[in-house]
Parts: sequence; C-alpha cells; structure tokens
Amino acid sequence: MAITLYDFELSGNCYKLRLLMNILGLPFDIVPVDFFPGRQHKADWFLRMNPFGQLPVLKDDGLTLSDSGAILAYLAKTYDTTGQWFPDAPAITAEVLRWHVVADDITASSSAARLALGYGYDFDIPKVQKQAHRIFRLMDEHLWFGEREGRDWLCSPAHPTTADIACFPYVMLSEEGGIGREDYPALRRWTDRVRRIPGFTVMSGIFPAGRALQTA
Amino acid sequence: MSAIDPITRDLWQVIAATEEIPVGVVETTLLLDTRLALTRDRDGNPVVWLRSDEEQGDEIDPESILDRLPVLTGYGYIWTSLGNPPKELFPIPEYAESDRVNMSCGSIGIHVSAPRAVENFLDMGHFPYVHTDILGSEPHTEVKEYDVEVSEERDEVLATRCKFIQPRAAKSATEPMEVEYVYRVPHPFCSVLYKSCPEDEGRRDVIAIFLQPMTKERCRAHLLQSMIDSTSTITDLRRFQQTIFGQDKPILENQFPKRLPLDPRSETPIRADKSAIAYRRWLSQKGITYGTIPVAS
Repeated sequence: MAITLYDFELSGNCYKLRLLMNILGLPFDIVPVDFFPGRQHKADWFLRMNPFGQLPVLKDDGLTLSDSGAILAYLAKTYDTTGQWFPDAPAITAEVLRWHVVADDITASSSAARLALGYGYDFDIPKVQKQAHRIFRLMDEHLWFGEREGRDWLCSPAHPTTADIACFPYVMLSEEGGIGREDYPALRRWTDRVRRIPGFTVMSGIFPAGRALQTA
Repeated sequence: MSAIDPITRDLWQVIAATEEIPVGVVETTLLLDTRLALTRDRDGNPVVWLRSDEEQGDEIDPESILDRLPVLTGYGYIWTSLGNPPKELFPIPEYAESDRVNMSCGSIGIHVSAPRAVENFLDMGHFPYVHTDILGSEPHTEVKEYDVEVSEERDEVLATRCKFIQPRAAKSATEPMEVEYVYRVPHPFCSVLYKSCPEDEGRRDVIAIFLQPMTKERCRAHLLQSMIDSTSTITDLRRFQQTIFGQDKPILENQFPKRLPLDPRSETPIRADKSAIAYRRWLSQKGITYGTIPVAS
C-alpha cells in the first residue's frame, strides 16, 4: 500500500517529509488539508488521526503517524537502505535527536513569526524573532567551526542526516517572519549545501540553489 | 496630520473574508494605519468599528456597537471605508454565474505596499522563473506584445491580448497550453484576472487579488477564485492558488523600495511592463500617495 501524506503546501513541517521522501525516491500520495484558511487540522476527521490537531500526518502499512521529526526517523529507518539518514550508532542517534529538538525550537520561533506576520496568528512577534536569532547564532557558530574541521552537516557523519532536513525549512522561510539571515554566513552556506543534495525538491517560498563552484 | 490621501480614504477597502468572521466575537485588523474591530451580527451581517480596548476573541453584542464604519459585503469579503465610499463596489459580473465555484483562498500578510503587490499580479515576465513548471518554463520566456488602455468610462486599467505558454495553467490543466489573459485594475488596490479555462474553451476562469493596505509598507492579500472546474475540490483549488502566491511572497518582500515609485524615471521598464507603466500613471493621475512614492512636484 502506498504511503499517504496529509499535507499543506505552505507548511515547512509537511515539506520536511516531502523532501526526505523525494531524496529517498519514495513514491507517495498527497491528501491536501486546508490548514489555512479552512482550519481542517482542527476538524473531527483530522483529530481522529491526530488528536493534537497538527500537520503532518503520514499513513503507511496500517500505521498512522504524526510529528514531522518522528516521521522522518520512521521513514529513514524503514526505507533508507544506506542507513545514513538516521544512523544506528547510539552516539550519532543522540546527535540527530538533539537537532530534531532544535528543529522544534526553530518551529516555535521562526515559524511562529511567519504565522503571525503572514497568517494572522497571535504570537509575540519581537519575542519569537529574538528566539530565532538566538538559535541561528548558535547554529552559525556550530556550522562555522564544523567547516574548519571539514564537517559540512549538523551532525558528525560525512553525510547529511534527518537533522539537516528537520532544521532546514524554517531557517529558509525565516524572512517571511521578518528574521534576516545576513549575519549568519555559515548558516547560509549550509542551506546551499542542503539545496544541492541529490533529489532535493522545493516548496512554495524556497527556491533552488545554483550549482556549487567547481574547485579543481 | 493625515497621511492618507483623500482618494484612498474614500475607497472601499477589503478587510476580511466574510465566512472567517464569527458571529458575536471580535476580530481585529489594521487598515491604513488605523486599528479596526469587526464582528458579525445574528443575521451574519458584518459590523465594523474603530477599535479601542477590544481584544481579538472577546465576546460582544453587535447591537451595542453604535458608532459604525460603512460596510459592504462583496465577492465573499467584507469591505469598509474610513471616508465616504461610493454607493457600489466595482463589478465582477462573472461571480454571480451559477455554475462557478467561488472561494476565498486565504488572507495573507505581506511586507510590501499594496500597489507593489498589484503590480506583481500584473506582471507576466516572472512566470518562468518564479512559477517554474506551473505558469511558465524556460525557454518560453517571451512576453508577447499586448494591449493596455485606461477605460475612461469605467475608470480602470485594462490589459488585453496577453498570451503566455503555460505548463500547468490551472488545477484542471492536463497539458501545456497557450493561455490568454485579460487583466483589469478596477480599484487602486485590486486587480481581476481572466484567463482561458482549460475545461471550457468558451469561458474564462476569474482570479482576483484584493489588497488591504495596512500600513504604507505592509498589506494583506485577499485572494478570490471564481472557477469553471467540475472535478477539483475547494481544498485542491485553494492549494493551487496558495502554491502560486507562496512563490510570489519572498520575491515581493524583497522589492525595494517597498512603496511603489510613480516617477517614470525612478525605475527602468521594459516592453513587458506596459501594464505596470499604465497602472503607475493612473495612480499618479488619481493622486494616490498612500503606499507610493509620488512624483516630486
């Protein structure tokens, strides 16, 4: 049975799953959910799938799963034959899960600012913008030191993991929340690297990166 | 110290999708730097007033609101005015055709002036680059010659014979087609687009954008679709339009300056910008200064 994603195009959390499934070459069906303005994620039929009333929801093999971070882990462990996207080594699993939590903090700050400015949500805009800047500063430092050590991604392996997928969308959409990324050059270079992963796909509001400079 | 020009003050201005406003509960918004509160009464009719200490979500008896702003319901939206508005809103006769699917597609805040958003709506040149593989694709990037006029009788800008090859012109499109567009600008902050309908060659889909000028550099885009489509659901049709608008948003928000310059020498147009040139001139002649940078006198 095919994978079914309950999806809203403008949601960065839904996009995380579209992105990983595209990279893994996994076919899936989309059921559009009218999150805005229809608020279908609070409708009875949706709450029966996810009582927390949040997108995305993914159905596969008789399972009904929710939370983008949890679903990223599920998809990688089930379908990634390379074992790279959610590595089994306990120390690496801990690193990935640590960044999944950062991704949730980015959602609670950068995405909240975007929802407030674009979609009429009632959040304290200066407060969530400040929180996002604090996280971006920490990420920029982490990535800058990583580059010095030859590490291109958030976690220590020499390849991207679900941590990179989880943190990427709401970093890229931050300007819609009035959060500029001018001061975070290493963070910007990392977003370019994510956009050059084979199988990368865009969402509305995120454009593809140009090709990397070829160094001889 | 009114910074709102008299023309803008007397216009009908869109503020919300009617269906999204609950009965007896306060909703708040911003129009022309002015804080507004609104609700609907038991019959569903909108009530709009100048906001004082009301908060969003407060329960309120609409009958207790005596000092009300003018209000009108049109095309699924609530319109109000801070001045003396005309008797009627501009016409979109197609909206009343019984077999059309009419829907709001969300009200989305954008960090740019309302006239900038209108101008982007009129532009076809960006289709292949911003709406890649939907409204355009390389190498079909040419904007062919089209006609623009300002209708004296209807007081609106009209662009006709606009043609473009589109990979996926609408939700109902199954193959690339050359699409013909007609654009109307019947209101300084509203535009209505008619485009060939994939499902019925003889008729046209209608897509409109109504901009709510919140400040001189911020607005809210209210999107309307009035479609001939017998198969798609409202959710599908909204998703299609939101996908397009979501692509425009970052491009619009990166335009500088955020207000629209009306001096013909301030930006360098190309042939494809003919409708934008007419629109800017029309705004200038009307004396619209809100959200624009007027020609220095």
